[in-house]
Amino acid sequence: MVMGDLGRDVDVVVIGGGPGGYSAAFRCAELGLETAIVDAQARLGGACLYEGCIPSKALLHVAGLIGEAERAREIGVDFGEPRVSLDPLRKWKSERVIGKLARGLASVAKAKGVEVIGGRAAFESSRQIRVEGDTAQTLRFAHAVIATGSRPAPLPGIAVEGDRVMDSTAALALPDVPERLLVVGGGYIGLELGQVYAALGSRIVLIEMLDGLLPGVDRDLVQPLARRCQKLFAEIRLSTRLGGLRATAGGVEASYGDATATFDRVLVAVGRRAATDDLGLDRTRAQVDARGVIVVDERGRTGDPHVYAVGDVTGEPMLAHRAMRQGKVVAETIAGRPAAFDNVAIPAVVFTDPEVAWCGLTESEAERAGRAVKVARFSWAASGRAATLGRADGLTKLIADAESGRVVGAGIVGPGAGELIAEATLAVEAALTVEDVAATIHAHPTLSESLMEAAETLLT
Amino acid sequence: MSRPFVLPDLGEGLVEAEIVRVLVKEGETIAEDAPLLEVETDKAQVEIPSPMAGRIEKVHVAPHQTVRVGEVLVTFADGAAPATADRAPSTARSARPQTSPPPSPPSRPVSSERQGPVPATPSTRRLARELGVDLRSVRGSGPGGRVLDEDVRAAAARPAGHDGAAAAPAAPREGPARPLARVGLEPPPLPSFEQWGPVERQPLSHLRRTIAERMALSAALIPHVTHFDRADITELDALIRRNLEPARERGVTLTLTSFLLKATALALREHPVFNASLDADAGELIVKRYHHLGVAVAMERGLIVPVIRDVDRKPLMELARELAALAQRVRDGKATLDDLRGGTFTITNLGALGGTGAIPIINYPEVGILGVARAREEAVVRDGQIVLRLMLPLSLTFDHRVADGADGARFASDIVRRLERPDQLLLEL
Repeated sequence: MVMGDLGRDVDVVVIGGGPGGYSAAFRCAELGLETAIVDAQARLGGACLYEGCIPSKALLHVAGLIGEAERAREIGVDFGEPRVSLDPLRKWKSERVIGKLARGLASVAKAKGVEVIGGRAAFESSRQIRVEGDTAQTLRFAHAVIATGSRPAPLPGIAVEGDRVMDSTAALALPDVPERLLVVGGGYIGLELGQVYAALGSRIVLIEMLDGLLPGVDRDLVQPLARRCQKLFAEIRLSTRLGGLRATAGGVEASYGDATATFDRVLVAVGRRAATDDLGLDRTRAQVDARGVIVVDERGRTGDPHVYAVGDVTGEPMLAHRAMRQGKVVAETIAGRPAAFDNVAIPAVVFTDPEVAWCGLTESEAERAGRAVKVARFSWAASGRAATLGRADGLTKLIADAESGRVVGAGIVGPGAGELIAEATLAVEAALTVEDVAATIHAHPTLSESLMEAAETLLT
Repeated sequence: MSRPFVLPDLGEGLVEAEIVRVLVKEGETIAEDAPLLEVETDKAQVEIPSPMAGRIEKVHVAPHQTVRVGEVLVTFADGAAPATADRAPSTARSARPQTSPPPSPPSRPVSSERQGPVPATPSTRRLARELGVDLRSVRGSGPGGRVLDEDVRAAAARPAGHDGAAAAPAAPREGPARPLARVGLEPPPLPSFEQWGPVERQPLSHLRRTIAERMALSAALIPHVTHFDRADITELDALIRRNLEPARERGVTLTLTSFLLKATALALREHPVFNASLDADAGELIVKRYHHLGVAVAMERGLIVPVIRDVDRKPLMELARELAALAQRVRDGKATLDDLRGGTFTITNLGALGGTGAIPIINYPEVGILGVARAREEAVVRDGQIVLRLMLPLSLTFDHRVADGADGARFASDIVRRLERPDQLLLEL
């Protein structure tokens, strides 16, 4: 429905071309709504494809290969010392991985008739945005979906000239392999990238403000990962704050705890912040909280009937798969269907070696909430498949409601945990009981049997 | 820039809370996580901590006030920065939104039935939304208390008010239901017309007979009352004209009727008594949780009312497409019984035939019918100026046993309001 020559009208304008944005746009188009995406970089994929999930997994795959080659030596296969060439690696990451996926998304958009407009969008009113791009233009819309995502959070009060202090985006570009790398933050980003650089040969010092890695995750799931990191990293310091950074001739001098040391580069990985500045939200009725997070209801509606929001701009957990589901819910809501983001389980995966994944209620959350649960732990030491992989260090944990026996949460650590968590997520989402899981035949020998085994121990 | 802090999502579907105490004063400087206020919800009393360190510029709420999620509680003065930046990043992985206040731990384990989400598969939850059933009110018959599709359907089939669904607030029941008194009418015998001249007796067609019986039944049984209104459809007409061609490219003929359908169905949601049937024998009003609209189609053989289902939930383009297909099936004599049954409200558009208005008869056992006459350009006064506007005359005829004049006036003006905001109609729920 394009009409007029001063500005254009669309049914739906989606601001931001990341996973939340393109999921919303594609579904809107499928439901017969004329939809355009405005993206600051004129591309689809967002932080996920260009500076997050995808490039980090590509690099972690390489780290995994190096780790496997090292383990192979213990079982009598020696490939010699790995030689890493950064140019072909960067080329593979940006062309064969990111480039291929980007072309795929662009062709889906074309096939569905979703136009991608390059430029920064700002609201002029509840019905109109101004796009500043190659050509400035005005778009009138019936509904807008904000999907501008998040950015790496900076360290407050700590600024250093030059490019030696990197955020996750800079680190994923793989500028070089620094001899000495300080990682600030023991969350998933710090651990994943720390392992990448460790595998490539950097000497890693990691500091974490709280008293454990992956705060919030059950300790028994973190332990195997912590052991691996202790082996890979030169030093891990918990309960340690970064005091300051100072550029010197030979690098960056960092003070933390009672120590001062010089590093070639510093990676700051202290979380991500909703990107809602400069959107002109004050010209709509959408509400933003003190953290810059847009307040939405379970259908993704903001306080403004014409404005919706999905993904990282709506707060935690900032995960691409949550954004994608939200995008579809918002599209269906706009089309008048009775959709709602009422998901019970949002799986979380840390793609380190070993992987850590969980969904639903964690054991510590159940404890804090005083919820009566039964917990089953199945150690991979008893798994045939884990033994053949030489990986008996894994653990599968099921958390069930004490009264009804329904699966309410799960946690897995070990290679492939990110894939294995899917079955547990389905069980939590569909309110299956431990008996449902235990009575389902799982292929032998596979790691998935560990979920069945864990469920069996909870049968009464 | 000052920063507002709004009532965060409290989880568990809670949408509002009552302020118990305000623990800070304007001008006071507080630390991150220091207690800001105490609020009470349906479920618990919780303390809301400050999301950041800073100076309180303004407190927007007072004790005993009820605030909704998203409403501003306090404003922080400028210079205050959220103190979350140096937080460990992995809190980003916690499934609990950061904006939630910490849950107050109960003293002992509580029964699982009261905690957490209702156990049901995503498709069952969607079914519940479709049928307007509150899952929390449904007892699950599946393993581990899982709510099954059948449980939801059974809950939806119970009379309004039994399952606590919000779609139709049921009036408090007063005593057991009793049948209404019957109105008996025996037509007196016809005079012998031959005494005044020659006559011819023509047998009625099946369709004519059905129409006659139903109209007589409706007119005799239902005390009809009609409310008139007019909608300014200048904008709507322009929107349809602009989009005729683009819609045709997508194989859709845009007509006024599809917009009338959508506007009426959306208004019916707000006025559920018009989407009902009176069960006189039971002394109950049967409120329907679906919105299937009949459209009167005039044919040479007589009047037929095919039905479009779930009008409120279909995008306009889909309605237009379905309407065209249905009308074609009716004209081709290929309409199935299902095409003609299950309506909850009827629209009859006489615009094509001219006239300035009509009072249709209610399609028994529905509660109301919307008559639409031809839109005409008229001189109307807007902001003190006489302007030409395209005005659409509407008549809402309804069952006075079920609703009163004021109800009808409100329902009709709701339809008018929606027709006068066509952009919203095109997209909104």
